[in-house]
Amino acid sequence: MTGTYLGMPSFPRAADASTRDHRLRANLRRATHTIRAKRDRAVAELDDWVQLRAAGAAVKDRTLRHLDHYLVQLEESVTRAGGTVHWAADAAEANRIVTGLVLATGEREVVKVKSMATQETGLNGALAAAGIRAYETDLAELIVQLGDDLPSHILVPAIHRNRAEIRDIFRRRMAEWGLPAPEGLTDRPADLAEAARLHLREKFLRAKVAVSGANFAVAETGTLVVVESEGNGRMCLTLPETLISVVGIEKVVPTWRDLEIFLQLLPRSSTAERMNPYTSMWTGTTDGDGPRAFHLVLLDNGRTDTLADTTGRQALRCIRCSACLNVCPVYERAGGHAYGSPYPGPIGAVLTPQLRGLASPLEESLPYASSLCGACFEACPVAIDIPEVLVHLRERVVEGGTVTLRGTRTVIKPAKRHATERTVMRAAGWAFDHPRVLRRGQRLLARTRGLHPGRLPGPGRAWSDARDLPEVPPESFRDWWARTRGGSGRKGEPS
Amino acid sequence: MSSGPSSGSSRERILGRVRQALADVPPSEQPGEHPVPRDYATQHGEHTHSATVGLLAENLADYRARVHRTEAPGLPALLARLLAERGARRVVVPPALPDGWLATAPVELVRDSPALTARELDSIDSVVTGCALAIAETGTVVLDAGPDQGSRRITLVPDHHLCVVRTDDQVVSSVPQALRRLAPARPLTWISGPSATSDIELERVEGVHGPRTLEVILVAGDPREL
Ligand code: SF4
Repeated sequence: MTGTYLGMPSFPRAADASTRDHRLRANLRRATHTIRAKRDRAVAELDDWVQLRAAGAAVKDRTLRHLDHYLVQLEESVTRAGGTVHWAADAAEANRIVTGLVLATGEREVVKVKSMATQETGLNGALAAAGIRAYETDLAELIVQLGDDLPSHILVPAIHRNRAEIRDIFRRRMAEWGLPAPEGLTDRPADLAEAARLHLREKFLRAKVAVSGANFAVAETGTLVVVESEGNGRMCLTLPETLISVVGIEKVVPTWRDLEIFLQLLPRSSTAERMNPYTSMWTGTTDGDGPRAFHLVLLDNGRTDTLADTTGRQALRCIRCSACLNVCPVYERAGGHAYGSPYPGPIGAVLTPQLRGLASPLEESLPYASSLCGACFEACPVAIDIPEVLVHLRERVVEGGTVTLRGTRTVIKPAKRHATERTVMRAAGWAFDHPRVLRRGQRLLARTRGLHPGRLPGPGRAWSDARDLPEVPPESFRDWWARTRGGSGRKGEPS
Repeated sequence: MSSGPSSGSSRERILGRVRQALADVPPSEQPGEHPVPRDYATQHGEHTHSATVGLLAENLADYRARVHRTEAPGLPALLARLLAERGARRVVVPPALPDGWLATAPVELVRDSPALTARELDSIDSVVTGCALAIAETGTVVLDAGPDQGSRRITLVPDHHLCVVRTDDQVVSSVPQALRRLAPARPLTWISGPSATSDIELERVEGVHGPRTLEVILVAGDPREL
């Protein structure tokens, strides 16, 4: 019923296809450039942005370094406030818990607030298998769900669709899911939004169970926070009788006061607004107001493995603002689907391989889904050094080494040489076809030179020795490519 | 509603993995000890109180809330006018909205109570509430479900929200100042402009699910005695 990330091709192959989709590229380019320009203005309004960013990073580091302490404290506070806390080691367990909770209410329908954690666990599919229908209520998620599609952006999941496509999806599919699209629906955004309003209102008014994620969970007070724009979040969080929130264990922040940092960093970084239209905060349950039962499902699913890597750990600071996507030249061309997970763009390139382990050609290729231009690091409100983590993960791919997988220290072998080569070649082959990406990348590469290995280590070495690729910039990438690709046969395929 | 024995063991497993993953953190380090520099501003710029109220009005309007200003004695007439302009007939109000506010408005009042269903709310034209406070720098009103604000859903389901802010004592400059005054144990709703979406080609459309019209009334003096 909904798309799945399973069996996605590796990044370069997927990107290769999506970059040939001109409509997709045009949609994306317009969107990312628009958000970018607005965001710069919103950030410039705060003269203490640098300090806020440092504080945000430090609070997250404090949390991560003592995550056990804060999780236990969160559990106590939520329980004290009338909520019930569940722990899920992996996606299957989270889905089992949520399904069990829904079935126990006797309901067979849930309304959902946009949540990447439940995308990650594939909750909608698990609910469907148990005979429960999950309705996405964020407008973009609704578009994705009705279109049997996958989200392609953290903030604007249907960014790859234009208005005419959305109108067609609504006309074609709304009736199957409830109220049909109005007669003669046009492609004006206001009309499309109105159609969604009517379609979903019916569901909000009858829903007894809701599933959400959360942007923050405050250990000290047990307060959960959801940041949104449309009010669908508020509908789900306050109208149903039972609320189930699935929250990654990295979403905890120590104190109430810490929210003053993130509520300034997040809206300006993501929607480029001083503040998003709606923020809901709830602490357990309140008599006579909102759900009578509140369940918090704390999700690991690879997060503790990520925590175990002292370089990669910083990826868990991410507050999912999507600023890194909007500045990334590779994302702009490739689109979100190429990353093969709910986490696209630069953050996806470092988070997905860590959450899942370097388990398949997709995960192995993701650390190469970057020009290492450093724009993502500059944009990130919690100062995640994404290029540093990318280089670190590339090293793991080519050299192998010790990683933590489902809690166990494991030595992974270097990726098979041919696989690595193909991966690198494809990523390079794709990038060299896009001179603007490269020019920008080369300019910025100079600033982050220290992050680039002189040559690829391990089995990649022979490859890099033969082609002076990682050397920046004695010979420009484009010149190098012009000189050497002739001998390599078809684009992206080493001979 | 327990999720079975697996949950208990998963708790231990996850906490165990966390502790193992943090082998690099010195055992003597206490959770609060990892330094957090808090040299960011507690407010941006110095403003007189009236400039702060002006900034609030400006930022609210910038996010397409309709902003009105009045002295306390003028509030009932203003509310009556705004409801009439909208053609509102049925208006939901919190349990303890001062009686005088809507005394002159020719509308049917529905008091918020747990017995009121979501469907009933959906047939109501407007809602009138007070607020807990308002934040000037971000153009935000915050509701904390106090007796003059009612339950969270009454400001959500009707399409038109009139929110009264006392400028004498309810306006703060910044997010840090707001958090200091709010009680986390209460359910909180922060509202910055009406419901909006930019999901279709990033074109902003007001109102998908929440009220499409937000009117904020900045009142000088004390309207609680009305
Ligand atoms: S990595 Fe940083 S910029 Fe990217 S989504 Fe996360 S917080 Fe935002």
